[in-house]
Amino acid sequence: MTINWQAFTPEMSFLGGMLIGIAALILMLTKGRVLGVSGILSGLISPASAFEFTWRLAFVAGTILAPILFYVLTGTMIEFTAVAQSWQLYGAALLVGIGTAYGSGCTSGHGICGISRLSVRSIIAVMTFMTTAVATVFIIRHLI
Amino acid sequence: MISILVALVVGCLFGIGLAFGGMLDPSKVVGFLDIFGAWDPSLAFVMIGGIGVNALGHFFLVKGKKPIFAKKFQLPENINIDRNLLVGSALFGIGWGLAGLCPGPVVASILLNPMSLLPFLGVMLVGLKIGSVLKSK
Repeated sequence: MTINWQAFTPEMSFLGGMLIGIAALILMLTKGRVLGVSGILSGLISPASAFEFTWRLAFVAGTILAPILFYVLTGTMIEFTAVAQSWQLYGAALLVGIGTAYGSGCTSGHGICGISRLSVRSIIAVMTFMTTAVATVFIIRHLI
Repeated sequence: MISILVALVVGCLFGIGLAFGGMLDPSKVVGFLDIFGAWDPSLAFVMIGGIGVNALGHFFLVKGKKPIFAKKFQLPENINIDRNLLVGSALFGIGWGLAGLCPGPVVASILLNPMSLLPFLGVMLVGLKIGSVLKSK
């Protein structure tokens, strides 16, 4: 195993993680809801009521606007280097959608919120998607 | 009304956290997943920070009280380790590894790269719909 020290950003990533944790905590303490993006998006495409639709839309709007605020606050452009194109990209999109619906959560809901409250389901989910994600990257980068 | 405003602020904080954390760059995400190559462990620190703050808050503030703008805390009630959880999470991981994108960063990066992420979001939403229809059968 080799560490890519040039890319390593432990302090910034830890700070980012804490902000994500604070966001999730505020949503739980105010609205009593888990901050899970796949669940929030599911609630947007099949809304239970106008109110359930509106708060999710507000959350999504805030998330979309966040990179602009990040730029205003830090003066740094966010890097975005795509790793997939065409069929690989859209195949991935379909798998992410179906998988998070079937598995009832993604990196935010299971990964941050679920593990935080020691949910066994979430811990198993995270171990499962981490394993298949690492295996997928291994196959693409080192086998093919 | 105020609860809608809170959701907007929470979305902003969440997205800014993703940006600081490095989660919005698919090549950094794949660098984290590439533990057999030149591994970038940064995103483990996103998890440590996020889980640390949230777990402390959860165990000290959430237990036994009511949320400010709602009647009760709505935590998932299903505790079974079932086939849906395993198959769904496994498929999600494959998709995450293929493109370095999970749902939060897809939403947060829309303005950074709309040409590829708007169609990605569209296909992902179709996938979410298909998944929830299949699951409810």
